[in-house]
Amino acid sequence: MITQEHAAIHMHRDDIASRMGMWLFLFTELLLFGGLFFLYSVYRFMHQADFHVAAKELNVIIGTFNTAILLTSSLTMAVSITAIQRNSKKISIIFQVLTVLLALAFLVNKYFEWMTKIHHGIYPGSDEYLSMESGRRLFFALYFVMTGLHALHVVIGMVLISVMTRFTVKNVITYDNYVKLEAAGLYWHLVDIIWIFLFPLFYLIT
Amino acid sequence: MDNNAAVAANGHVSFLDYQGKYKGIRAWILSTDHKRIGILYLIALITFFAIGVTFGFLIRLELLTPGKTIVEPQVYNEFFTLHGVIMIFLFVIPGLPAVFGNFFLPIMIGAKDVAFPRLNLLSWWLYVTGGVMIIASIIMPGGPADTGWTFYIPYSIRTTTNVIVTGSAALLLGFSSILTGLNFITTIHRLRAPGMGWFRMPLFAWSLYATAWIQVLATPIIAITLLLIVIERVFGVGLFDPALGGDPILFQHLFWIYSHPAVYIMIVPAMGVVSEIIPTFARRTIFGYKFIAFSSLGIALFGSLVWAHHMFAVGMSDTGQFIFSFLTFMVAIPSAIKVFNWTATLYKGSISLEPPMLFALAFIFLFSIGGFTGLIQGALSVDIHLTDTSFIVAHFHYVMFGGTGMGIFAALHYWLPKMFGRMYNLKVAKVAFWIIFVGFNTLYFPMFIMGWLGMPRRYYDYLPEYTVYHQIATVGSWILITGMIIMFTNLIKGMRKGKIVTARNIWGGETLEWTIETPPTHENYDELPLITGTPYEYKQNDSEEIPEEINH
Amino acid sequence: MDTHHSKIEHAHGYSIYIYVWMSLLVLTGVTVTVSGINFGAFTIAAALIIASVKSYLVLTIFMHLRLEMKAFRVFVVVALLFIVISFILLFADYSFLSIR
Repeated sequence: MITQEHAAIHMHRDDIASRMGMWLFLFTELLLFGGLFFLYSVYRFMHQADFHVAAKELNVIIGTFNTAILLTSSLTMAVSITAIQRNSKKISIIFQVLTVLLALAFLVNKYFEWMTKIHHGIYPGSDEYLSMESGRRLFFALYFVMTGLHALHVVIGMVLISVMTRFTVKNVITYDNYVKLEAAGLYWHLVDIIWIFLFPLFYLIT
Repeated sequence: MDNNAAVAANGHVSFLDYQGKYKGIRAWILSTDHKRIGILYLIALITFFAIGVTFGFLIRLELLTPGKTIVEPQVYNEFFTLHGVIMIFLFVIPGLPAVFGNFFLPIMIGAKDVAFPRLNLLSWWLYVTGGVMIIASIIMPGGPADTGWTFYIPYSIRTTTNVIVTGSAALLLGFSSILTGLNFITTIHRLRAPGMGWFRMPLFAWSLYATAWIQVLATPIIAITLLLIVIERVFGVGLFDPALGGDPILFQHLFWIYSHPAVYIMIVPAMGVVSEIIPTFARRTIFGYKFIAFSSLGIALFGSLVWAHHMFAVGMSDTGQFIFSFLTFMVAIPSAIKVFNWTATLYKGSISLEPPMLFALAFIFLFSIGGFTGLIQGALSVDIHLTDTSFIVAHFHYVMFGGTGMGIFAALHYWLPKMFGRMYNLKVAKVAFWIIFVGFNTLYFPMFIMGWLGMPRRYYDYLPEYTVYHQIATVGSWILITGMIIMFTNLIKGMRKGKIVTARNIWGGETLEWTIETPPTHENYDELPLITGTPYEYKQNDSEEIPEEINH
Repeated sequence: MDTHHSKIEHAHGYSIYIYVWMSLLVLTGVTVTVSGINFGAFTIAAALIIASVKSYLVLTIFMHLRLEMKAFRVFVVVALLFIVISFILLFADYSFLSIR
């Protein structure tokens, strides 16, 4: 190995590295849910008819509405980043807050959906649950686990974006230094993408 | 003394003495310096290794005689579970990347630290927390898990032992591994010094890159699998429980989709270490640099496609079995390429049998035995006979211990003097090596034979015809442990009180770590190097470069 | 001085985001409609294909993949390939089982 001395390098900020790190983290989230999608695929393959019937018990309207909410939240997130790039601090903050509010609306809907099921005695451990045909039970097991894990990620996303909002207010995030907001945005979009797949697989396979 | 005084005394401040923001123990456990984090990992790793070895010792003690020797079957099951969990999740998987990857990767590519130093510290804390949880599970009510490290359904959801604690600990350890991998990929892409093209990187760096991808992509699968066991135990959702319509084989699929690539997380960095040591001690340029570099990626790729060869006897479809058996044979090819290249490097080399080289050569020999027996197991018809016997146990100890273990020992002997600026006793190191080598083979080779003859694995009791093999193996374990005690005592004593080493290039290596101070300074480099050549450029038979310290 | 903050790299205007958003909503509507019609296995395939198109839009435009270094796109392909190949191999077992 031949080396030569070179001029001292100053420690500099590397936004590309920050985004790369976030993308790599997103892959881990993708694979985490991927494992659950594997489970879903195998059980669906083994219980096609039961899944087909069980899916009818979910409310397509709420599901579609929730999908629209999340897609819109992705828009508001993307807009907030363009806004800060253009030094429109106020607009950026407004759209970050909008994103969080839309996420909250999603969670509220989810809460009502789950409560409906639970009121009908459909939840892990209940008598109804334990005495179902296997296929239907597996459908609901996957439903609760997958939408539950997804909802947890929605909450994490909300917290993350709220922190970014505070940073924006305090000028930690500026038109010149916004990679943190981009990273939060990337996370949020992945949460959206996961739902984009969850939605048809649970609500629309009738 | 403060940093200025240290410079005045020694000419430079080593990272060991550097005074930063914190004082005392916090200067280490809150440090984001990749070198200090590497040493933190080293200490924790060796501690957990000692505990893992103890459980191995106890297993062999119980198996010294048929029937009960020292403990009841329940405790025996806990022994082999803890042995597996500790060795795999706390020693072999983190091992080389966490200690030597952390310490040397930035230096080898001409960087001052990894891409995300604070994330690096978080990785260590996650590691320690996971380790403490596993140890805690031993004394918690319910006792440690008794499922084997594989947590197979349905027993893992029925047993009343601390599966949730152990599974959660493994989850944290998985996170630690993921963050390390993420850090290394970004570091290698973004922090290489000027002139350090991909094909001027040392092969250890290549091996860490390939490993990091497996860490990032495969580990989340075990994370979700472990999470599902916890959810299953707590909520009874029925996703795996056969009583509720779940498929236990699906669990095995998910488990092995990670756990097979995991063994490549274990072995690829060790191969990287060997690729560093062989050229240095044969004083020859590595043969087939690009082949070795690409074979690391090849192992990562193919290794991700073979997982179900752990499941040949569980009732998969014939088509699936054929496909996985075929792919299993394919994965041997990139490994073989490395062995050929190392051998070619040794040919006509000026070989110097210092301790690092002894361990590296042992790696090649023992890993080859392990690898060949892996191929034997990959043959479907043969595996039906061998699966779940001691043959498998022997196989994986040859690759994981004879492979990665020897790789870790080689790395210790190669790099510790650079890290601490002290030398251990070379003669004692060589004696310890031979005791370890003899003990290792005495312990594990009989397992091939008795496995072939039908001795099942994980069994507490056995038929009298296997007794002689078990007894030879147990005696082998005593020899092996003696050798390791001597080795570690020598290393620890050497690093604390051994002869001080200040030479930059202790062994005559050609990678960047041998151009900087011993021990390295806080920043590694005052000025980043400009790389103008490839690594491992040796002149033939250059004996005047061997420094004083290793002439004895 | 050396800041890789890539101001120029991420210049997406507001309008392209609005177009993508509207496309996403339209595609969602299409998915819901198509799923009402029974094409058998094709219904699922259609739903998944549309979901993939939506994800592609989110990835390339909202997540700026189109503007990033090539390495990022390679990474995404690698990760997706890992998932897809594992999926295929998993079904090498399940789709050929006669029992279980």
